[in-house]
Amino acid sequence: MLKILKYSFYDLMRSRWSYVYFLFYLILGFVLLFLNNDVDKAVITLMNIIIVLTPLIGTIFGVMYYYNSKEFTELLLAQPINRSKIFMGQYLGISISLTLSLVLGLGIPFVLYGLFKSTAIFNFSLLLVVGAFLNFIFVALSYNIALSTENKIKGFGYAILMWLFLAVIYDGIFLTFLVVFNSYPLDKFSLAATMFNPIDLSRILILLKLDISALLGYTGAVFRKFFGTNLGMMISMGVLMLWVMLPVLRMNLKLRKKDF
Amino acid sequence: MKYKIGLFFFFIAVAVSAKQIVVCESCSVKTIKEAIKMAQAGDEIFIKKGIYFENDILINKPISLIGEKGTLIDGRNKGGMLFLETNNIKIKGLKIINVGLSYTIEYAAIKVIKGNDFIIEECILENVFFGILVEKSKRGIIRNNKISSNRKNEASSGNGIHIWSGEDIKVYNNEMFGLRDGIYFEFVKNSLVHNNVSHNNIRYGLHFMFSNNNVYHHNEFRNNGAGVAVMFSKFTTMHHNKFRLNWGSASYGLLLKEIYDAEIYDNLFEQNTIGINAEGSTRINYKNNTFLRNGWAVKISGACYTNIFTKNDFMNNSLDLAYNSNINDNKFDNNYWSEYTGYDLDKNGIGDVPYRPVKLFSYIVNKTPEALILLRSLFVDIINFSEKVSPVFTPDDLLDNKPLMKRAITNIDTQRND
Repeated sequence: MLKILKYSFYDLMRSRWSYVYFLFYLILGFVLLFLNNDVDKAVITLMNIIIVLTPLIGTIFGVMYYYNSKEFTELLLAQPINRSKIFMGQYLGISISLTLSLVLGLGIPFVLYGLFKSTAIFNFSLLLVVGAFLNFIFVALSYNIALSTENKIKGFGYAILMWLFLAVIYDGIFLTFLVVFNSYPLDKFSLAATMFNPIDLSRILILLKLDISALLGYTGAVFRKFFGTNLGMMISMGVLMLWVMLPVLRMNLKLRKKDF
Repeated sequence: MKYKIGLFFFFIAVAVSAKQIVVCESCSVKTIKEAIKMAQAGDEIFIKKGIYFENDILINKPISLIGEKGTLIDGRNKGGMLFLETNNIKIKGLKIINVGLSYTIEYAAIKVIKGNDFIIEECILENVFFGILVEKSKRGIIRNNKISSNRKNEASSGNGIHIWSGEDIKVYNNEMFGLRDGIYFEFVKNSLVHNNVSHNNIRYGLHFMFSNNNVYHHNEFRNNGAGVAVMFSKFTTMHHNKFRLNWGSASYGLLLKEIYDAEIYDNLFEQNTIGINAEGSTRINYKNNTFLRNGWAVKISGACYTNIFTKNDFMNNSLDLAYNSNINDNKFDNNYWSEYTGYDLDKNGIGDVPYRPVKLFSYIVNKTPEALILLRSLFVDIINFSEKVSPVFTPDDLLDNKPLMKRAITNIDTQRND
């Protein structure tokens, strides 16, 4: 597995897109800090970008890599290697290289602008951890879609739809629910609803660590009570972990039966 | 001529007759009460340094009470301390600690009852219930005092400077913290509050009730339970104040409730949950204020008419304006909005496209507070955008027709430091 991981990782590291992705974050980090010069504020702006863009890039990269390296994968499958090892190697290769681009791309400008002297270091590391989680989650989800769809175009379509659903449509349904069932106590419901969407969960996790938390009023109080404690933090991290583990598990189950 | 000389001698006689009584442990006069009993009108009582355990000190003659540095009057948590019950009394440089707590009687470190033209200055009042309590008095001056307490809840705490029924009172250069309200005015007219710092109080930094024609300026209110409240008052002027860091689920920089004809200008509202919360406020002019990084910059909750906002800076607030009715009688003109995305083709500094300060999301949040957890979600940005293009839910006449391209107040630091 390690060999395949290494191969996928080096393959991706050599590819142009990894550099583009890395450079994008690097430039973004520098521009943000150049315009703002305030690490705290830059973290807020960055959050908006990370929770939308990281899942999208993860999804596209995952699907693209699967379909592009399909022939090589088939060649590997002919060798006496465990199937799940091949795919886990590929999966980890993509996720790690994407995470590396994110962490280095954003880390370098922030460190240069004096992150270590700033109080934002905790928020910033939380941002990176959440970004890394989103990478792992969305690459796994997109790999699932690609494995279940033979047709390349269809696979791409489903993957983009999945991203669109979690990033936009889910919130729309959520909001409609809140407005329609206005007269019922909704705090427990909304707490549960955020758990079922990794993007929402990461957004709220970061929002509550930032200053705006007090804005949330009564609902915020319920949320802060939950997420503000170490237990809440652990639970939400656990849920994110579950969001990585479940798709990976399904991937392995699917692999066992799949006919290549 | 004879008459003038006579007058001159008369004044000398008065000046000479105003004698000084010194109080200290080794003096002939050992307690403050004793000194007051001996004093004539116009005398000065000088209290030398030392600790005095005295309560209920009644002053009913127009005299001056002056403390040396290091003079401490300890009330041992038993009832009130100084009672000023006549005109022309001056209190200076005393340190009073440990005023008693009561749920029925308003014990105060210094209580003025029907005493006009009083001066209370350079006093340090610590662990008080009420600090300075003034009832039915006119033309007083309260300056350079430091009032503090360490009470935990509203019921067991009193106000720093509490004025009930007064006129022409000046309150300046004081510091208040750890109290219920820093400054509380009820039925006070024509008074001036300036250069005070009121922070970390349990309820309000400053609280006006039924008080007309007052001015407060250059004060700083920070970290208070709920900022500053001005209620049921007319003709109030507020300028050059700083309202900062009032964070909490029910907190705001400034609460306006049932107030009329007020002027609010050159203030700074920074990092409050709600910058200004206005309810039933009419004919108010907001000019040159800076709203910086608040949750809501301004929240207008109904029955607010003819409020005019001009040349204000709305900078990086989560939501600029919340509005709960579809009828709009308030005007926004020539403000700077950091979220404005329009352009200025003729380069006259005024944006060519009107700005809509109320977003669909802030409208939804008003109806369904729980929806706030979707703040900064991509979906919310999308619905805000579509509402901006064609307003359906938000009042369509609520817009800034001449939004500024650059900030109205060029240098925030000068505003902060003046």
